[in-house]
Amino acid sequence: MKAAILVFPGSNCDRDLAVAFRKAGADVSMVWHKDTELPAGTDIVGVPGGFSYGDYLRCGAIAAQSPITKALRAHTERGGYALGVCNGFQVLTETGQLPGALLRNAGLKYICRPVVLNVATGDSAFTAPYGSGAEVVFPIAHHDGNYFAEPDQLARLRAEDRVAFTYADNPNGSADDIAGILSENRRVLGLMPHPERAAEPVQGGSDGAAMFAGLVSVIAESAAPA
Amino acid sequence: MTEPKITEDLIAAHGLSPDEYARILTIIEREPTYTELGIFSAMWNEHCSYKSSKKWLRTLPTTGPQVICGPGENAGIVDIGDGQAVVFKMESHNHPSYIEPYQGAATGVGGILRDVFTMGARPIAAMNSLSFGEIAYPKTRQLVHGVVEGIGGYGNAFGVPTVGGEVRFHPAYNGNCLVNAFAAGLAETDSIFYSAASGIAMPVVYLGAKTGRDGVGGATMASAEFDDSIEEKRPTVQVGDPFTEKRLMEATLELMQTGAVISIQDMGAAGLTCSAVEMGDKGGLGVTLRLEDVPQREENMSAYEMMLSESQERMLMVLKPELEDAARAVFEKWDLDFAIVGETTPDDRFVIMHHNQVMADLPLSKLSSTAPEYDRPWQPTEAAEDLADVPAIDPIDGLKALICSPNYAAKQWVYDQYDSQVMADTVRMPGLGAGIVRVHGTGKMLAFTSDVTPRYVRANPEEGGKQAVAEAYRNLTAVGAKPLASTDNLNFGNPEKPQIMGQFVGAIKGIGAACAALDMPIVSGNVSLYNETDGTGILPTPTIGAVGLIASEDQLIAGEVRDGHVALVVGETAGHLGQSALLAEVFNREDGDAPTVDLDAERRNGDFIRTNRDWVTACTDLADGGLALAAFELAEAAGIGVTLDSSDMGMLFGEDQARYLVACNFDQAEALMIAAGRAGVPVASVGRFGGDMVRFDRSSAPLAELSGLFRSAFADALG
Repeated sequence: MKAAILVFPGSNCDRDLAVAFRKAGADVSMVWHKDTELPAGTDIVGVPGGFSYGDYLRCGAIAAQSPITKALRAHTERGGYALGVCNGFQVLTETGQLPGALLRNAGLKYICRPVVLNVATGDSAFTAPYGSGAEVVFPIAHHDGNYFAEPDQLARLRAEDRVAFTYADNPNGSADDIAGILSENRRVLGLMPHPERAAEPVQGGSDGAAMFAGLVSVIAESAAPA
Repeated sequence: MTEPKITEDLIAAHGLSPDEYARILTIIEREPTYTELGIFSAMWNEHCSYKSSKKWLRTLPTTGPQVICGPGENAGIVDIGDGQAVVFKMESHNHPSYIEPYQGAATGVGGILRDVFTMGARPIAAMNSLSFGEIAYPKTRQLVHGVVEGIGGYGNAFGVPTVGGEVRFHPAYNGNCLVNAFAAGLAETDSIFYSAASGIAMPVVYLGAKTGRDGVGGATMASAEFDDSIEEKRPTVQVGDPFTEKRLMEATLELMQTGAVISIQDMGAAGLTCSAVEMGDKGGLGVTLRLEDVPQREENMSAYEMMLSESQERMLMVLKPELEDAARAVFEKWDLDFAIVGETTPDDRFVIMHHNQVMADLPLSKLSSTAPEYDRPWQPTEAAEDLADVPAIDPIDGLKALICSPNYAAKQWVYDQYDSQVMADTVRMPGLGAGIVRVHGTGKMLAFTSDVTPRYVRANPEEGGKQAVAEAYRNLTAVGAKPLASTDNLNFGNPEKPQIMGQFVGAIKGIGAACAALDMPIVSGNVSLYNETDGTGILPTPTIGAVGLIASEDQLIAGEVRDGHVALVVGETAGHLGQSALLAEVFNREDGDAPTVDLDAERRNGDFIRTNRDWVTACTDLADGGLALAAFELAEAAGIGVTLDSSDMGMLFGEDQARYLVACNFDQAEALMIAAGRAGVPVASVGRFGGDMVRFDRSSAPLAELSGLFRSAFADALG
């Protein structure tokens, strides 16, 4: 399974995401933001956390105009997988690949701590390993993680079972306690918490490892000749 | 451009004394130009020249088999085996943070990170030691909010985990807060970069952000006392951009891989002046700079302004000319400025050209080698008065007073604002003892701590100096780490006052003795003097940052207390209450002597913990707040109650040194007792963990209630 991790100037969780994918057995390449194409055969694109372009203008706004994001869009339009974590989620909302926006935290301060999440749907390659209703602990680390969407968008997300994760104890004011959402085809996940920071016990928790392992096996299976 | 005439007022405004000016005249045998005066003032101020402290700093132990590079470079370097090294330093940004808390603290973090990656190391951990005035003082809350946001704003965006630190409050810091920033990085021992230039006619290259007028004269400002006019000094504070710094780091590390770098120096205090002189001086070369080639953010900047600007995120480098194109390509990739602004020369001259005009022409090596050095008169600190009677109180009330004070309450309000986990190698989050990160891709870990108890240092500078090192040693030991080396950030008042100089001298003696005895040489550091406002000095605050190595995961002590665990105190308890947290927080008293530090006992007890780590599930050092606070914190972290079998004030709240609290099961406790008997280490069973109450003899309170107080007190105080 081939994963491509985008690297914007200011990305700082690119290596962390690469490590988590590699640990799960993926073949990972790092892709510079000025590139215009993804490596041939890319199965999943990781859009990492950090402060792309210094978060100037709005978090993720400038990255969304980067040369590589055109290739990212083409990839997801072809039905390719993408995982956007933290700043990556912000980028995916700015490109319009996921609905809504991430506003400043309700408490106005940056928050870094492990949080309890509920898996709101098990119906995706990202969440199937947990199953609907499971509880997982991932760390959050953001200043702008307060998920906002119009009431009709929220209703649609719920109706289509596209809310992937919710916060057990909402830390940032997110609408409907939303921590992560799926695209219509369920192959693009954006989430604020960091599964790659909970990928092995020495980090204080390993709930995130299953997401990467699950992705690698689902994608490998789907690619296998029938 | 015409420059102002040199007058007495102008000389004084540059922080130069008449004697120092006379020395300049002797060296250059003529009146300096305005730009030259600025260069001298930048090189000779206290911040850059260490003129009051040098004599004493030389007495510190700085070597050891583990030390690759001691003080004098951008940061210290210590071997951690397998061809790897940890590169670290701590530096103050006190004055700027008081004037403009967000930017002052942010650029403090930026500066220390630059010191580390300039040497070829990728930063892997940061800490901050913060001292503020009392909460009730009108400016304090604003400072805390601003400083914490500034540290987070810079470090989080840059992408370095903040894994520890300290936050304290005391009226002595009302007019002068302290912001001491620590950073550590990881380097390969065969790929370390230094500042000494070599080769003649080699291009001097400017990298990073453009030069503006921000921070002009910052180092001189930081070398003076404050008075009512500090608002006017706001323009001397630099403005940080972590986004540029992150790119500068990536570009610099990438460039180093190309082999193009001969020497490199970051532009910190006194910017272009200090960095160019440093590179030339260390390499025994001259340097010529052409300022019209310096990338500029503002129009019509004068030579004086460019030489003294402290604009952030800049580097100076001497490059192999044949690899210039490769080097330029790296910086273009990261969209950073890259400009050749001069070259090295064979003669010992520092020549500043601006539009073909010579603005300065000075003997380069004399700029630092002839800097004044003072043997300031000092007066030993008088022996502390005996401790007056300490009335007995309900010990639970004593604990409550501690945990409700912002000094000892949980600091989650602070730590939640720092990204402590970026890089995905953080093993232990900040909050309880040393922070720990894994050495990426290996089973090794590094532990970091920063410590000082300023009350002790004021009462007894020598014991207080020892204690800061000893506490750092214990914090590293308590997680199973072997202490490797330290960095010191020495914050004091006006050194021209003999009693302040006496505090400094005493503290240095204590630090030196402890570093030697505990094998933790000082490999880097920083001195911040003149921390006074309107003539009132801070508490002497020699912050010790220390690094320890955990060679493999099985050496790590990071267990949690469990129901039924025994509470053991390793080390001798005599019940020393002088200068204790209990006295300060409950009785508003700061009397008595500091606790005595027995360095042999520190070493023996520390070795004992490391040797017997199999019998230790959870461990913490005993520091201010004594056994009562340590036992509560260990219990609270696990959500389990604790019972201590004493109500004696000295037993519970005494601050005797060389002690640890260990939690382990009954079998482990037995083994530990036997080992202790053999090693001659005093170990006492003092109680047990379990239940949901905190009980000190007959006094008790529900853990949940105390935990609520402990976790909310800081935010409530700051709200």
